[in-house]
Amino acid sequence: MSLLENVVLFGRLLRQAGLPVSPDQTRAFGRALDWIDVGSREQVFHTARSFLVTRQEDLRLFAVIFELFWSAHSQGTELRLPRRQPPKADLERRSDLFELIAGRADADAPEVEVGDRAGSFSAAEVLRHKDFSELSEAEREEVRRHIRDIRWRVSRRRSRRLVPNRRGGRLHLRRVLRDAAKHDGTPLRLRHLSRKIKDRPIVLLADISGSMEKYSRLLLHFFYGAIQGLREVECFVFGTRLTRITEHLRVRNLEIAVEQAAREILDWSGGTRIGGSLAAFNRHWGRRLLRRGALVIIVSDGWERGDVSELRREMRYLSHRCHRLIWLNPHLGHPEYQPLVEGMAAALPFIDDFLPVHNLRSLQDLAQALDALPERRGSRAAVHAR
Amino acid sequence: MFDSIETTREELARHSYIADPGLATSLFLALKMERPLFLEGEPGVGKTEVAKVLSRAFETALIRLQCYEGLDLSQAVYEWNYPRQLLEIQAHRGAGDAEVSDIFTEDFLLRRPLLQAIDDAHERAPVLLIDELDRADEEFESFLLELLSDFQVTIPEIGTIRARHKPLTVITSNRTREVHDALKRRCIYHWIDYPSLEKEIEIVRRKVPELTEQLSRQVVAFVQAVRDEDLYKLPGVSETLDWAEALTHLNTARLAPEIVESTLGFLLKYQDDVDRLRPRCEELVAEVS
Repeated sequence: MSLLENVVLFGRLLRQAGLPVSPDQTRAFGRALDWIDVGSREQVFHTARSFLVTRQEDLRLFAVIFELFWSAHSQGTELRLPRRQPPKADLERRSDLFELIAGRADADAPEVEVGDRAGSFSAAEVLRHKDFSELSEAEREEVRRHIRDIRWRVSRRRSRRLVPNRRGGRLHLRRVLRDAAKHDGTPLRLRHLSRKIKDRPIVLLADISGSMEKYSRLLLHFFYGAIQGLREVECFVFGTRLTRITEHLRVRNLEIAVEQAAREILDWSGGTRIGGSLAAFNRHWGRRLLRRGALVIIVSDGWERGDVSELRREMRYLSHRCHRLIWLNPHLGHPEYQPLVEGMAAALPFIDDFLPVHNLRSLQDLAQALDALPERRGSRAAVHAR
Repeated sequence: MFDSIETTREELARHSYIADPGLATSLFLALKMERPLFLEGEPGVGKTEVAKVLSRAFETALIRLQCYEGLDLSQAVYEWNYPRQLLEIQAHRGAGDAEVSDIFTEDFLLRRPLLQAIDDAHERAPVLLIDELDRADEEFESFLLELLSDFQVTIPEIGTIRARHKPLTVITSNRTREVHDALKRRCIYHWIDYPSLEKEIEIVRRKVPELTEQLSRQVVAFVQAVRDEDLYKLPGVSETLDWAEALTHLNTARLAPEIVESTLGFLLKYQDDVDRLRPRCEELVAEVS
């Protein structure tokens, strides 16, 4: 096989492994081989890496594939590529895409009165107030539909970017002077710039262990639309460990994504480690996601089986680095509930908003709360529900 | 002098930059194929330093664009000098249209870093450092994508300005957010990791020669042990160098727990981290001495 064929084959191999390699990159890599000693494994490795890898997390996979490719090549055995059958995951993904498109079309349709979906007005009203954990399978389906229908906007912030604004702001001198030049230097019209308004990024950390799973799952439906719309929403679920599911939610059915994550991270004997999961978030994701005035939403009953002092420390770190820290607790919906669980008590001082999330009604309230968050946070003397 | 991977490495070393073969390969290819070098890595691993060393090695200007949220073309490329334009208008008031339209000429242009970098007045290609691109917004990225493909800028009132020599471009990112793949594909991408023990000792020896060999070893071994601890923010190479220098001012002969404890602030930037490491100091110092 010629060198060029090998280059093309290698590029294809990387693509099959899921690395985003474009033909342009492969071509550039091929050209670069003129500048180096192609007999030197190290030089070829670093050259290939320079052109074909664009993300740190792909480096390890790249090294493995390179190793495989190089040793197969030097032993004279041809590395056979599997026939280009679309992998099963792709097929699955495609059917999800259909679902997604169907879902989108739904969302664009004019709003209709949904009261009759549950049979009668009063039935809908009952459903609105029924605790998520008491729903039958049919009712869950119904509630899910209602959740998708909730329209919500997240609180916004002023970015530092300036955009033209008709209503005022600081003077857009470039436009004013360009106009003025046309009129003998008299600025006849004033133009303005103001700071662009942007949605705040949202980080969702949902407890899916034990009794929390039902609540978290329905809450994820609440954010599903936003994630699919590529808005800045990052989703994590945790039990004994933490895992990120944002990417899965973009391409896959929500139920499947949660199912998969649950298998991965739940250790039934271990219980919930909220502090440990937050620690993992703070260390690996905090610096990347807690920026530009992010809202952090934690969904959990606060039942910590780990070290409570760890939970306290991680909550403090988190609260200092986000715009607003919201804790949703299903038990808060029960009239006699007191946040006495040790973990909940430890977390409470660092929370801005402590809200219930146990029925449809509480989710509608959450939608309103997200929309109405003030632009400035004010002091940490939090306003808690009830 | 940058004719092969090996000479690239030597040249960097001559300017006190210790690079591993991976970085030397990426840099060599970036220079040969005239592509921007995209450096990503944790804070303090020496990304910005690469651009500085390049400008010293080539004896050419270093033009730096520090990115921040809201960075736009008027700060990155060019802006008109409004006060001067206004004065000019005042001076020519009533003299007719012709003079007034002269306010959009090069005399009234404020050149920001990106325009400076492609200015055709340069005798040699300058080094263009676009620092911490992850701090700028996505909108700026798409402009940059355009600029990096043909190194020209069009100013409606003046025309197109094209670079006579493509600047040697170095882009850095601390990865506080993911920079778009399309941009990275145009570049030679390189992730700079924390250096190995031997390499970091070499860096300290070269940058802080006043520190004894034995103490340099202890300092680096200690920092590398700290990087294995469970902390919010790990110390980078620049923290190692700051700390090493601080120790020379304290006339330290060997690493002792008390000295480490009183100078932890050079390595750790969060109080939580300092509190966490303090009780471990004695043990870690014992390990490395």
